[in-house]
Amino acid sequence: MSQLLLETPLVGWHVAHGGRMVDFAGWRMPVQYASIVEEHLATRRAAGIFDVSHMGRLAISGTAAVEWLESLLTRKVAGIEVGRVRYTLITSDAGGQPVVLDDALVSRDTDAADGTTRLALVCNASNRDRVVAWLTSRLPAAGVTFADRTLETAMIAVQGPLAMQIVGSLCTPADAARIAGLGNYRATSAVVAGHAAAVSRTGYTGEDGVELVVDAAAATPVWEAIHAAGAPLGLRACGLGARDTLRLEAGMPLYGHELREDSDPSAIGLDLAVNLEGRSFPGAGHYCGLRNHPAGRVRVGLTFDSKRSAREGDAVMQGDRQVGVVTSGSFAPTLGTAVAMAMVDRDVASPGTAVEGVIRDSRQPAVVAPLPFYQRDKRRA
Amino acid sequence: MAADLKFAKTHEWVRPEADGVLTVGVSSYAVEALTDLVFMQLPAVGRKVKAGESFGEIESVKAVSDLYAPVSGEIVEVNAALPGNLETLGKDPYGDGWVVRIKADNPAEMDGLLDRAAYDSLVGSQPH
Repeated sequence: MSQLLLETPLVGWHVAHGGRMVDFAGWRMPVQYASIVEEHLATRRAAGIFDVSHMGRLAISGTAAVEWLESLLTRKVAGIEVGRVRYTLITSDAGGQPVVLDDALVSRDTDAADGTTRLALVCNASNRDRVVAWLTSRLPAAGVTFADRTLETAMIAVQGPLAMQIVGSLCTPADAARIAGLGNYRATSAVVAGHAAAVSRTGYTGEDGVELVVDAAAATPVWEAIHAAGAPLGLRACGLGARDTLRLEAGMPLYGHELREDSDPSAIGLDLAVNLEGRSFPGAGHYCGLRNHPAGRVRVGLTFDSKRSAREGDAVMQGDRQVGVVTSGSFAPTLGTAVAMAMVDRDVASPGTAVEGVIRDSRQPAVVAPLPFYQRDKRRA
Repeated sequence: MAADLKFAKTHEWVRPEADGVLTVGVSSYAVEALTDLVFMQLPAVGRKVKAGESFGEIESVKAVSDLYAPVSGEIVEVNAALPGNLETLGKDPYGDGWVVRIKADNPAEMDGLLDRAAYDSLVGSQPH
């Protein structure tokens, strides 16, 4: 470890509870506490609590804030209502060729007391520095205030069928009811375990749940309160390992794997993240062209009949022809078998198509499968 | 646990048996560190291996790890029941969790391995 790692306000808790700490995107994070499989299954069956404070949290405010973000993000920001959260890409054309810098959530917070519009952007830890640099380079002379709040706040995800019940039990009845009534991709503010929190009904696991942003000083008490309330119901603390297997089963792309600088969003199934109508974000014309002229490989799921998975970078073959490359792969604990996501040629992208994953020096049969691999039973909620 | 075990720095253990063959397995430290084992690949019986050469692999949810031959020799037996019962590795790593038996070309290669105390001090100094 040659350079100093950033630490979240919860690092002491992780270490004290057996977290195996690794360098993730410059942060010292728990990859697991005991078993990735047990943490994964606890999230599916009851709930999991995740420290996601490494994610970038950027605050944007001012009279021109909406207009400014509207000019930069692939999703519409103009007209965004208070409490709305949108999944977006951040693109740049600084180098001539448009690139996808990151994927992110943009949301509109309650206006400040003086009426100032406030928005928030949550981006990936691995891309925070360049996203901040890019946005800073595009700041207008006036009307927008932009601040990186990552280090002064913490972000805690509570995910799973019991997540809402557990978080609600730590709120006043009025706040609990408001949180329970949040639609997906909606946000509000509430007091959770005695601390002010921004609460959004979002996540990266395929389960119901919320993500909370609190002041750094409130992180450990809020985490401990949720853990104490949830543990008797089966909640477990989960590391980044389970977060990755959960999002893989849920078919969610991860920047640097499925989603890359040169990605065609349409080809990875992210048309909904790119609103092209009347838009002029960086590269809008380029992405419009890609949508109108589909070409290149597309993202698919692969299911294996073994527990042994192809991993990122492994070739996907059909006979002697390489038809694709794996972008993420793992044993999927909920399914009991190995799955992967891959970019493959369009002629083999139909579900049911038989291919093979090249795992080291052997070939493992796989079948193209629709994404997501796992979908929660929404009637349960 | 038997004191006659020797260890490779790559976490395999070796036990000389009465018939002169060496039993090889994976240390409890390594099994615990890997966690969530999902797959194991064993070599073919009769394969010749060189000390330090990969003779198989063990895969957890998170990563694939090679199994390295602690000494040069011939694989004379494999624990064929193990890949289908990977939990045995954690329950009984120095007994039923054995992996292969190797007929060593040069038993003196054993001298290059670590004794229990040296191995414990090696893994004790590693971040868990």
